[in-house]
Amino acid sequence: MTLKEIKDILSAEVISGDHDLEKEIKYGFAADLLSDVLALGRGSGVLTLLITGITHPQVIYASNIFDLGAIIFVRGKRPAEATLQLAIENQIPLLATPYIMFETCGLLYQHGLKPSIMRVKNG
Amino acid sequence: MAEAEERLRFNEMFHIEGGNFINAGAISSRVKKILKEAGFPGKIIRRTSIAAFEAEMNVICYANHGNLSLLITPSFLKVVVKDEGIGIPDVNLAMSEGYSTASEKIRELGFGAGMGLANIKKNTDEMILTSKLGEGTHLEFIIYLDGQETQFSSE
Repeated sequence: MTLKEIKDILSAEVISGDHDLEKEIKYGFAADLLSDVLALGRGSGVLTLLITGITHPQVIYASNIFDLGAIIFVRGKRPAEATLQLAIENQIPLLATPYIMFETCGLLYQHGLKPSIMRVKNG
Repeated sequence: MAEAEERLRFNEMFHIEGGNFINAGAISSRVKKILKEAGFPGKIIRRTSIAAFEAEMNVICYANHGNLSLLITPSFLKVVVKDEGIGIPDVNLAMSEGYSTASEKIRELGFGAGMGLANIKKNTDEMILTSKLGEGTHLEFIIYLDGQETQFSSE
């Protein structure tokens, strides 16, 4: 699905990356721990959406490592100014939705978004 | 290793300021940029950047200051991270997943889950970690290039 579809499904606001709404997104990964993003982030970064409540600049640095396709902040959270600037520099689109993380994931899953990683080994 | 060191193609050192969370991640972003511009394969870039990010965070979270050096030879990448700080009392314990001494502030940032060192090991081919309590920590890791061609390959 496209970022535009994700925006519509989640009644989301585009914080940055307005021109990137046709970008294709196939996978999702949800975490409030950056350690988990770094430890579990896999697969095709550019096609992956990070669903998170973390809004400080480290979320951009971590996402940049995986060349993530886009980030959506849940629970109505808004990024800090430094986060926004870094996202623009690194060309990572940012969205914000009022939905909680569970509902965000559920709606996207229902519409066909796949997990970037299904389960952990030995978990 | 000594012979390979002689063929060093690139060596740059970056300073890391302990406790400066605002820019945490900036050094590993620069490392990633260097590797990307040099034409390294995506997987090598990702593994090195993840390990560098974790190492950078460790210095910021637990040390007063430190530095991260990126060394590139035709056959491997090496990252050396030295810091002056509290050090690690039990390196083996610190290496185990989930063990953490992180403060509340570090956890609020989404770090401090005790995954960092294990994640460095997972993403690298060789890793050496030594520490002196109250003095600091020395971390080195290597990622082999397995004959991948880069701008540093040619003799």
